[in-house]
Amino acid sequence: MIPKHFRPKNYRRTLTGIAAGILIIAVTLYLALPILAIFLRVTPEMFFTSLHNPDVSSALWLSLFTTCITLIVVILVGTPFAYYHCRFSYPGKVIVDTLIDLPLVLPPAVAGVGLLVLYGRVGLLGKYFNMLGIPIAFTTLAVIMAQVFVASPFYLRQAKSLFEQLDPAYEQTAQTLGASSLRTLTLVTIPMTASGLVSGAVMTFGRALGEFGATIMFAGNLPGVTQTMPLAVYVGMESNVNIGLTISIMLVIISFTIMIAVRLIQNREANRA
Amino acid sequence: MVKRLRDYTLDLAIRVKPGEVMVLMGTNGSGKSTTLNILAGLLAADTATITLNGQCLCQTNDDFDVPVEDRRIGYVLQNSAVFPHLSVRDNVAFGLRARHLPRAIITERVARWMDRMHIADLAEFKAGNLSGGQKQRVALARALAIEPGLLMLDEPFTALDADSTQTVKDLTRRFVKKMQIPCIVVTHRVADSTEIGDRACVICQGRKEWEGLPSEMPEMCTVCHCA
Repeated sequence: MIPKHFRPKNYRRTLTGIAAGILIIAVTLYLALPILAIFLRVTPEMFFTSLHNPDVSSALWLSLFTTCITLIVVILVGTPFAYYHCRFSYPGKVIVDTLIDLPLVLPPAVAGVGLLVLYGRVGLLGKYFNMLGIPIAFTTLAVIMAQVFVASPFYLRQAKSLFEQLDPAYEQTAQTLGASSLRTLTLVTIPMTASGLVSGAVMTFGRALGEFGATIMFAGNLPGVTQTMPLAVYVGMESNVNIGLTISIMLVIISFTIMIAVRLIQNREANRA
Repeated sequence: MVKRLRDYTLDLAIRVKPGEVMVLMGTNGSGKSTTLNILAGLLAADTATITLNGQCLCQTNDDFDVPVEDRRIGYVLQNSAVFPHLSVRDNVAFGLRARHLPRAIITERVARWMDRMHIADLAEFKAGNLSGGQKQRVALARALAIEPGLLMLDEPFTALDADSTQTVKDLTRRFVKKMQIPCIVVTHRVADSTEIGDRACVICQGRKEWEGLPSEMPEMCTVCHCA
């Protein structure tokens, strides 16, 4: 007689369980080990010594400054844009929809080339700005423009989807009660979608902070002016590995914080629902 | 009012007297909510003349159209649409603040309407946490607090239990009579029309099929089978 747990049905279920377990462990290790390796490679002394390096601190502050400006620009322009884009039909709306998503699939270096060809010193628009004494390429402004270009879709897509899902009855009620469009937007629409918008903003912040390809093409790699943290990692790995690793650790910590923030916001939203 | 819709043309003329509750009945998609949306100014009609207490709100021939926010129509939409992120007090005050009334008047009027709708003890509760019946009373208080020239309720008893339905009906009738404002209630249940309405109007495919006292409504509307 065959023991109960060796019967074909149970045997197959056990095999499936083992295969699933191996797959989950393999994927988890593949994603976690490179991050872990960075932490294992640097001692606390090396980390804190490198942290005081002027190149590290200037890259850190430049990254935080440009990313914060990027976030403010994306929220201030992106929120009303996404709102009106959802609420109104207009010719070419499908094309605009595609353009919003384009930076997500476009290689960042290509985005940088595009920005350079348009706003560079001899670019299509850049030459006129240059004539007015407003250089754009290879300045801190270029860093912000590159970050806005590659990171804004994260916020725009989220905002668009939230505004589309919101029951129009709320806005219509606000209007019948005498609220203007602006009042309706600020007191009804945005508060009712706030958690999702914050989640989109956090993802935008993370993407902007990690931006490399478009920045190096359009803004260059000038310490203190355009050298953000990802660029400093690149330079550090060629000249001083400790600096590259220290900045990498800082970026990992910031990324983790962002992910935890998004999770907390999503959990809070789920509990509220 | 006339409006070309996807499947038919809405072509309707209705008149409601001050203090009268008119029940607009019909099957799903017969044009009831569209009628209310046109009256509220949320939807543009192809041709319409809308007059409220002698004041013209819309005259398409003259290209005249009062914007939705200036029509002073209390409109309780389907599902009540109370703002879930605001407290009950802030919900009731919403329309008064939008009209930039003095703070003292807002405070007094909000307290009065919360009291009248028996929601004063819920004042600081978030509206999103209320029951269906409580939400409907908040929506009614919010619509009446602006002292509207016309009150409209779109399927106000859907998803309410029997007690809440009766409460909302009683409150609606009481204050429509007290304030002497015209009121239009959209419903598809005959029982609602006899209990709340002074007059009923049955529409089918955008056209008026029958109008009269709710108690005299034919048992079965021969055209649209809605009653």
